[in-house]
Amino acid sequence: MNFKNRNRSARTDMLTYLGVTVAFIILTVLKSTGGLNRSQTGLLVPICCYIVMAVSLNLTVGIMGELSLGHAGFMSVGAFSGIIAAMSLADIIPSPGIRLAIAMVVGAIMAGIVGFLVGIPVLRLRGDYLAIVTLAFGEILKELITCLIVGSDGKGLHIIFNITGSKTADDLHLLEGGRVIIKGAQGATGTQTIATFTAGFILIMVTLLIVQNMIRSRTGRAIMAIRDNRIAAESVGISITRYKMIAFVTSAALAGAAGALFGLNYSNLAAAKFDFNTSILVLVFVVLGGLGNIWGSIIATVVLYILPEALRSFATYRMLIYAIVLILVMLATNTAQMKTLLGKLIPGRKKEGADNE
Amino acid sequence: MSKTFTKGKMVAVPSTSIIPERDIGSTPILECRHLGIDFGGLKAVDDFNLTIGRTEIAGLIGPNGAGKTTVFNLLTKVYQPTRGIIMLDGMDTHGKTTEQINRMGIARTFQNIRLFNNLTVEENVKVGLHNQTAYSTATGIFRLPQFWKQEKAAHESAMELLSIFDMQDLADYPAGSLPYGAQRRLEIVRALATNPSLLLLDEPAAGMNPSETAELMENIVKIRDTFQIAVLLIEHDMRLVMGICEGICVLNFGRVIAKGTSEEIQANPTVIEAYLGKKKKED
Repeated sequence: MNFKNRNRSARTDMLTYLGVTVAFIILTVLKSTGGLNRSQTGLLVPICCYIVMAVSLNLTVGIMGELSLGHAGFMSVGAFSGIIAAMSLADIIPSPGIRLAIAMVVGAIMAGIVGFLVGIPVLRLRGDYLAIVTLAFGEILKELITCLIVGSDGKGLHIIFNITGSKTADDLHLLEGGRVIIKGAQGATGTQTIATFTAGFILIMVTLLIVQNMIRSRTGRAIMAIRDNRIAAESVGISITRYKMIAFVTSAALAGAAGALFGLNYSNLAAAKFDFNTSILVLVFVVLGGLGNIWGSIIATVVLYILPEALRSFATYRMLIYAIVLILVMLATNTAQMKTLLGKLIPGRKKEGADNE
Repeated sequence: MSKTFTKGKMVAVPSTSIIPERDIGSTPILECRHLGIDFGGLKAVDDFNLTIGRTEIAGLIGPNGAGKTTVFNLLTKVYQPTRGIIMLDGMDTHGKTTEQINRMGIARTFQNIRLFNNLTVEENVKVGLHNQTAYSTATGIFRLPQFWKQEKAAHESAMELLSIFDMQDLADYPAGSLPYGAQRRLEIVRALATNPSLLLLDEPAAGMNPSETAELMENIVKIRDTFQIAVLLIEHDMRLVMGICEGICVLNFGRVIAKGTSEEIQANPTVIEAYLGKKKKED
């Protein structure tokens, strides 16, 4: 009996890895044989980024049980620190693959540090208050990055913090051959687009490994225990602050890595891209995929990211139809019949459905 | 290790309390002196003195609103006391947090059940074993050998603990789906998993039928004998309290009105008055 259950959760994890791998192989084959047109190919890397965003946000929202509305903030920290790392190392490390990997690690570390600093005040709060404060932090991060002017030359990195708004890239006083990486509100311009679909696939797999293994370990149990009952968790000797921080920082770091990949996929990228709407978009993926449900987040991301693109033929009515589809999906999946059906199709889902009746 | 105790002779100890004679040689597990807490102007608990022996099963009773659960919350530092001291195994607990108190050896259950409802029964117990296992987050993520070794050990201890109440078969069910009585028992198992030296049970028999209560009484005694720990319980079921508690403390309006063995308590006029009210004066 017990082994059945443990095998079941292990099997769900395995199926998630397998599903992602199969999808990757199919898409790679399609891409190389010309089965995908240009706009479809262009969606591949952003989808990978958003999958990582959704899975990492699920760690905060679904597993830790706190609503975070500033996830895009961590993505932007990762994106711009990743771009700076990749661009300033361009002369030293010619291999784009290695630079991309370094950029993602730098993005993850920077976002992790910011996540830690933000987490100190934020994790003292709960519920609505936490949500509002993360929203504020997301916006603050965006505004701060808008003030950044960064360039690199033979002497290293030059950073100006343009709070007054009077400075321009000329104030960097770059040497001959130096390049401006981030131009304040204009964002990163002239970035080498070194992001690849393969890197996106690897990042997804690493994210899944970290999140899924964490959930099924002592750490994950502690985090879920805090979510289910904070007072009881405290009474069995679990440090609330510590485990909330672990979840929050991990989530931020993964968002940072996704951001770095995202940033290196576009030659021009402004900080305004990572606004409240992006945070909400990712939250929609998480909620529709099911809170705490990792593979659900992946599927919801893929479907909901492609949907607006697929609806292009409806032109003006595109977002209207998108919204209607969202509502219909929520209504449809929330009926008793649908839950029973899902329970039959998907192992491990039955109990959940029966619980909500 | 396992020793069976019968209800022993109670002897007086300095701090105006009594403990079983067999525990007199060792440091009492719990010693409260002049403990009190105010909520605004209300003295919810005042001048609370209690000493519990190492292997004692003690009872805390009193009418509704007497402050019994508040005492539990003070002992586990959910509330910081306004006055007085709590000594746990001879150590002052001043300034400790709930989490540290648990590590020092107090585990508790709750009057309104607080389980981790979305986790399975086994996972609930494993959360209780949290500080008994010690591998880092990174070890868990990369599934290093320590992870497998300690998870296996945790699984075995969890099953062993569940077997106290014969609950191994329920291991895979979500804790929230269990019937009420089983949820109460699971809370006790989870508390035991933290390896306490003092177990606080807040109305363990609430909502149980007489046969379940009888079984629970046996199990509480069995737990004390097996783990050699002290138990302090709040309970309204007098059959349970009088049946297994050695020392009984009666609380009313936040103050101790009586302390003694079950026989003494039953004969105490103040206690009877607190529960049943004053006898009408005859003209």
